[in-house]
Amino acid sequence: MDALDLARWQFGVTTVYHFLFVPLTIGLGTFVAGLQTAWYRTGKRHYLTLTKFFGKLFLINFAMGVVTGIVQEFQFGMNWSEYSIFVGDVFGAPLAMEALLAFFLESTFLGLWIFGWDRLPKRVHLMTIWAAVIGSNLSAYFILAANAWMKHPVGYEVVDGRARMTDIWAVLTNSTALAQVPHVIAASFVVAGGFVLAVSGYRILRERRMAGIVADPAMWRSSLRGALVMTAIAGAVVAGSGDLSGQLLREQQPMKLAAAEGLRHDQSAAPFSLAPGVEIPGMLSLLAAHDVNATVQGVDDIQERYEQRFGPGDYTPNLPVVYWSFRVMIMFGLSTVGLSVLGLWLTRGRRTRGARSRREPRRVPDWFARLCLLALPLPTLAMIAGWLLSEIGRQPWTVMGELLTAASVSPGVTLAQVAISLTVFTVLYGALAVAEGVLLVRYVKAGPAPEPAPHRTAPERTDADRLAPTLMY
Amino acid sequence: MELSTLWFILVAFLWTGYFVLEGFDFGVGTLLPVLSRNEAERRQVLATIGPVWDGNEVWLITAVGAMFAAFPSWYAGFLSGFYLPLLMVLAGLIVRGVGLEWRGKVRGARERALCDAGIVAGSFLPAFMWGAVFGNLLAGTVFATLAGGAFSLAVAVLHGAIFVALKTDGPIRARARRTALAASAAAVPAALAALPGIPSAAAPLAGWISHPAPWFAATAAMATLAAAVALIWRRREGWAFTATAATITLATTALFTVLWRAPLPGLTIPEAASAPYTLTVMTWIGAAALPFVLAYQAWTYWVFRKRLTQPGIHV
Repeated sequence: MDALDLARWQFGVTTVYHFLFVPLTIGLGTFVAGLQTAWYRTGKRHYLTLTKFFGKLFLINFAMGVVTGIVQEFQFGMNWSEYSIFVGDVFGAPLAMEALLAFFLESTFLGLWIFGWDRLPKRVHLMTIWAAVIGSNLSAYFILAANAWMKHPVGYEVVDGRARMTDIWAVLTNSTALAQVPHVIAASFVVAGGFVLAVSGYRILRERRMAGIVADPAMWRSSLRGALVMTAIAGAVVAGSGDLSGQLLREQQPMKLAAAEGLRHDQSAAPFSLAPGVEIPGMLSLLAAHDVNATVQGVDDIQERYEQRFGPGDYTPNLPVVYWSFRVMIMFGLSTVGLSVLGLWLTRGRRTRGARSRREPRRVPDWFARLCLLALPLPTLAMIAGWLLSEIGRQPWTVMGELLTAASVSPGVTLAQVAISLTVFTVLYGALAVAEGVLLVRYVKAGPAPEPAPHRTAPERTDADRLAPTLMY
Repeated sequence: MELSTLWFILVAFLWTGYFVLEGFDFGVGTLLPVLSRNEAERRQVLATIGPVWDGNEVWLITAVGAMFAAFPSWYAGFLSGFYLPLLMVLAGLIVRGVGLEWRGKVRGARERALCDAGIVAGSFLPAFMWGAVFGNLLAGTVFATLAGGAFSLAVAVLHGAIFVALKTDGPIRARARRTALAASAAAVPAALAALPGIPSAAAPLAGWISHPAPWFAATAAMATLAAAVALIWRRREGWAFTATAATITLATTALFTVLWRAPLPGLTIPEAASAPYTLTVMTWIGAAALPFVLAYQAWTYWVFRKRLTQPGIHV
């Protein structure tokens, strides 16, 4: 065990943890903005109630995304100074753009949104949440463009042992980024959709049990439907962009593709195994090249070629981790999308008979509401697995073909220092995860705060009003 | 002007903005138990920074991001060199961030007290650490480290107390003013200990003429600090706040005029700089984006410009 191993563990722990919160910030923020827009346009009260309810859950989660994000930016310099020096010229640019163009927008307008309910005109207040959401999505683009460059470096030359940017446009429109950005952002919408499904399903079950009635609680039905639509559409984008990513892997990162299947030798009509031993012939070739007879390179053959090209060394990533994360990602991701399609069909409108035909909502079955609880863990696990596939599959490189992970670590940082910081972050993050979980569960159980009826004239404020926690803060 | 010079100035500007803006919310966080006596007052005090603290923190993220893009080896050397102090800063920013966001959402006095502890510790720790880190970077001595930390903490506390006096009314306003006066009793000696150390790292006082800029800035920082004390004494809160903001700006200016010679020991700005192409691209993007950022952040302060008169109402 040396500083390199711990630094890698720290990066893995802090990044996976950070990315538990980011997808919800991206997807749930957009969903909340959509709800508020629906309220603004229709004036229906239940949209406002939902905006504030999911808005609160969004904010509990947002805090964690922000504070764990700062760690990420510092970590490159703290643990990976050699990497930072090598790539700063290229990799630093999208990071600086992210801060300047996205984070300022996100945090400033979110502050305005949280505190601006009574102070801004409705229209302007609605604009603030959209500005914040645009910031979140933009930040995803920049960081994914930076990340894509590590896997498929473009628009640069190496001068004096440092990468130098020669074409920013090439970096920002890297084919790897253009496939990865929609993949990850849409997956974030699936994660957030799954979150809303689980919450809505839970509320439907709970309110039915409390009220003992058979009719749907209409409000939760509408959030459930909204989340089903979002998840199904986003799921289609995830699948499409994932397919594109798979084809790019064959050209750009053959080792990762080979590792994802555990394919040992170059092979035409390469099979895809659902699990070890259960193979679909030609399927991997079909996935990677849209041609069942296409050749896919194998791990051992690539290893040999890399040794000739880069010198002796081990160029093979951790095969079991990469193999299984690929399967977990696909299976859990697809089952979430399947669940949403099923839900859309189950809750489709029903035409009523009679002269004035109109569509009438169908009742959400209890068993489906219960099934929706699975939509919380499934896409999140798929997301984590996707990142493990993507980043562990990139090993032993930090920058594919240019810089090895072993050569990226800070030379002056000791084992003890990394051990301390890994411990601090693990303990702190663990405690905060529990706290966030407790907070979210509590608010979901309690349900939305009752909306006070709107007053024409400002009411006299009592002490009790003053002490009651206001809605958003 | 060389692009690397322009970017050094921009990095200095971002750090300055960060210290001025987050300076007061660090101060407010540190002073939370001093300025408020009950839950309603605590909410009133925290409401002064509620809408803005997160936006203020982005100045740090942008400053560090700009260092990464424009001066990779400065970024890498600085962050890996100050490993444990920066770990403490990060831990502080984490507990403070969740404390601020969650304290209105937790249940019961005990959980709120835990959030408050996070806010206080997470404001205190970075406020001290930033001064300590830069003091150590300049002189490398224990004295410089402690004096730097004491200075940044004391000035943040003073800046924060004046901010609360400026943004509230009623008993808290009076208490904030008294606290500001008490804080200046610590800030002035800390400034006398720390400020001369900044330009001395470039040239001793006798040789000030060869490096006039840091000596001038440090002296002016001292003068504006004295002015701030006088102004808060005379209840001119707006001007006092301007004066502490000037103190922080000038002290940071002094710091960066010294770092200009060597941002890290043995490193020069031209050596550390990214290639001209990257700097050119970043200049265009910065020039296009920064005016908007400044405009909408200023708008936020405008929206929340009113004094918070009654506890909790404007929370």
